[in-house]
Amino acid sequence: MGLLKRYWNLFRRPSVHFSLGFLTLGGFIGGIVFWGAFNTAMEATNTERFCTGCHEMRDNVFAELKSTIHYTNRSGVRAICSDCHVPHNWTDKMARKMQASKEVWGKVFGTIDTQEKFRDMRLELAQHEWARLKANDSLECRNCHQYASMDFTRQSVRAQAMHSTHLASKEKTCIDCHKGIAHRLPHIPAGEAPTDTPGQIVPAADDKSAAAAPPAPAK
Amino acid sequence: MKPARLLAWCCAFVAACATAAPLVDAMRGPTPILEEPRPPLLGNWINDDQRLPRNYRYQPPVIPHRIDGYQVDRNFNKCMDCHARGKTAFSQATPVSETHYLSRDGKVLDHVSTRRYFCQQCHVAQEAVKPLVGNRFQGDEGDATPLPKN
Repeated sequence: MGLLKRYWNLFRRPSVHFSLGFLTLGGFIGGIVFWGAFNTAMEATNTERFCTGCHEMRDNVFAELKSTIHYTNRSGVRAICSDCHVPHNWTDKMARKMQASKEVWGKVFGTIDTQEKFRDMRLELAQHEWARLKANDSLECRNCHQYASMDFTRQSVRAQAMHSTHLASKEKTCIDCHKGIAHRLPHIPAGEAPTDTPGQIVPAADDKSAAAAPPAPAK
Repeated sequence: MKPARLLAWCCAFVAACATAAPLVDAMRGPTPILEEPRPPLLGNWINDDQRLPRNYRYQPPVIPHRIDGYQVDRNFNKCMDCHARGKTAFSQATPVSETHYLSRDGKVLDHVSTRRYFCQQCHVAQEAVKPLVGNRFQGDEGDATPLPKN
């Protein structure tokens, strides 16, 4: 307690050794250096190289991204991981980066360090992203794909029909229909998609039920 | 020279000529067999959503839109996102035929049967290209023809 009080007194007392000019200028320059370094370090965690530094990302989700239009396309514009998964706005970005510290935990304890573990976790992980994009009205999509800049006449008939009704009325957001455009989709059991895309019923039980049922009488 | 021997010589000559002439395969083009042909340019898939008529009865309808990047695997079937019977009211897509919901034993299922699951085994997207080889096929009236009574 005494120690704390001593430092508090030191902190609130006017300086005896340093001039006001030195302290203000020094503080200003120190602030710039700190701020620059902080943001540079944070930007470094936003690069494709950083994201694919772990085999969990490189071998699973990044490998899947490579064949999609967001990775390679005719005009050579690439959306890297952070373009879709990290908000561009500074405060939102900070919040997301703090959340992402959980991923460091996952990395240390090997939550998805094999393909099997990743496959088992996949639906849950996907649901987090769908929920996030649904909540922020697909902000990361809209950072590039702006509704106001869309030329419906350059879209296919069915895209026009969907965008001019459901998207225009704000009843739906990008992620509602465009799931799985950058990565493969996991099996979504009926009703487990947070938004209304399918609940695909993949016919696995088909054969079993057919086998269990008595064979149809020959005609 | 005996006629039989003459005939044999003629045959040999014709055979030699035939092998010497460059064999042009319409599908492959004039590129020699040991060289790799230049792949044709990628075209643009037909994407106008105009349903095309069938060429014959029971022809699986062709797909009038692009399907590149559609995931159809053990986890997910992108086609069913719009074409599943429960989704067509919203998507306005052509519903998958009733027959696709029957199991091998004729049992009605609440989802697409395993044997009908992989859409592209029968339904294909179209590209506006000239056929590489000639074809004299003439379709019948197709759907307009009433089904035969048995």
